[in-house]
Amino acid sequence: MTLLHADRIEAGVGNVAACRDLELSLEAGTVWSILGRNGIGKTTLLLTLAGLKPLKGGQICLDGRSLDQLSRRARARKIGLLFQHPEIQFPTTVGETVMSGRHPWIERWRDSSERDQLIVDQELERVGLQGFGNRSLSSLSGGERRRVELAALAAQQTEMVFMDEPVNHLDLHFQTHLMKDFLADCRAKGRAVMMVMHDVNLAVRFSDHLLLLFGDGETTQGPVDLIASEENLSRLYQHQLHRYPAGNEFFFYPA
Amino acid sequence: MFKLLIDHDSRGFGWTILVLAALVPISLLLSASVGSIPIDWGAVFETIRTGHPSVDYTIVFELRFPRSASALVVGASLALAGLLMQALLKNPLADPYVLGTSGGAAVFALTTMLLGFTHQSVSAAAAVGAVLSLALVIFLSRDAGGWSSTRLLLTGIVVASGWGALISFLLSISQDGQIQGMLFWLMGDVRNGGPGFVHCLVLFSVLAFSLFSSRDLNLLVAGTFKAESLGVHTLRLRFAILIGAGLLTAVAVTLAGAIGFVGLVVPHMMRLIMGSDHRRLIPACLMMGGSLLVITEMLARTVLGPRQLPVGVITAFVGVPLFLYLLRRGSRQETV
Repeated sequence: MTLLHADRIEAGVGNVAACRDLELSLEAGTVWSILGRNGIGKTTLLLTLAGLKPLKGGQICLDGRSLDQLSRRARARKIGLLFQHPEIQFPTTVGETVMSGRHPWIERWRDSSERDQLIVDQELERVGLQGFGNRSLSSLSGGERRRVELAALAAQQTEMVFMDEPVNHLDLHFQTHLMKDFLADCRAKGRAVMMVMHDVNLAVRFSDHLLLLFGDGETTQGPVDLIASEENLSRLYQHQLHRYPAGNEFFFYPA
Repeated sequence: MFKLLIDHDSRGFGWTILVLAALVPISLLLSASVGSIPIDWGAVFETIRTGHPSVDYTIVFELRFPRSASALVVGASLALAGLLMQALLKNPLADPYVLGTSGGAAVFALTTMLLGFTHQSVSAAAAVGAVLSLALVIFLSRDAGGWSSTRLLLTGIVVASGWGALISFLLSISQDGQIQGMLFWLMGDVRNGGPGFVHCLVLFSVLAFSLFSSRDLNLLVAGTFKAESLGVHTLRLRFAILIGAGLLTAVAVTLAGAIGFVGLVVPHMMRLIMGSDHRRLIPACLMMGGSLLVITEMLARTVLGPRQLPVGVITAFVGVPLFLYLLRRGSRQETV
């Protein structure tokens, strides 16, 4: 089932195009990674696909309806976002942060229900932070904060999950275990995942589709097996990469 | 609505709100009883109960109570304006006085006064001045990534000193008879005569809007994109905050001149006590700001009594050290 369809879209900042005439279908249960060099427009494309930045051309459709016709609340029930650099200016607790993910589901004059609280507790437990609800967010380490944000994202219960560098600040244990569990859960629930990744090997290992941004609006996309070639990735990073077998899988190493 | 304000995990919050709610009438009674002619509480109650014309009655109802009522509205307005501006700019240092919003209101108000206009036009001009000044600071200090603390404060301070220069200019071209009144007004003087209907209407309208948007405000301080991604119409919300904070500043300025730092001190104090949830902060700041200014106004006319100090002088004595402390703590957090 197609959850989101991008019809010949153009996205970018100023005169720099991240993609031009991009045709992309996000199917339920798939995991996509966006790869590209620094400043190529990965984040811009992600935010554009989520409807947070204006399109420069083309159209994005959800269930046959244009994304910009959806109310903000309806959109927030469909697309959840994990940001690269969250801002914390005012003291807030872990529980409050995860509960913010429930915002699109709580009516304006209502308080959070027991069910909302249950979801928050479950998600905190899933990222290994049970009992942290009343802790101040600023007392946590970078990796723990990232896990709180992942829990908030999961609590939003959207059909599409967009993440900007989800493994930022996570240690090796959580990079592998959490991503594996989180993504397996998304797949099982028929959610579609789109993430901006820096680490080629994590992207290859955890996603089933890749979208490569070469710069100047040029892109290529497809299943990992087809796209993750020495040739494509060397061109992508403008640096020679070698592909080495590792058991049943393979990894890339810069020359 | 009370259900909305109280969360499951906050038994302490109910008590804090009760204490604050009690503080408002207590501060009003205190202010009615203390002064160059002391009237004990019993006598104050007796006057309120019987309503017989007497010296006490005149002092309480014609001199002290209108001033206290003004102070209550001014304090509540400034605290709420400060809270809203801090949410808008995602910066705990924002305050109507520091960012020149009060200055803008004062310049517009003084200009209309000099031109010989009356009360209503002066208030309207103050509102226009406050909104324009705040919009100017926001527009000038904005860059691609949002508002940076340093740039915002620098812009605010420069705009505020610009208004300051304009005020000096207006004072120097005004008639001798007008100057003393204008000076006192500028230093922050709660004048005789209570708040008008329009002042209260503005305060309650902005309060209703703030409570209505309180959960949206919680998300806005976590980042504009973040709030937008959770379904908040951030453009509309920020515009409404801009107008609301500007109007509240205008209310405060027309009632009492430029009183500084209430919008900074009160939200900071309340955050320390009850965290950053706006559903709790809004009513708390309102009550605390109101009663704090009632007490300050009482101090202003008793500390060196019978000489009256401008209220703004006393709030600055408390506000300046706190502001410097916050600034220092903030810069340390950024470097660590």
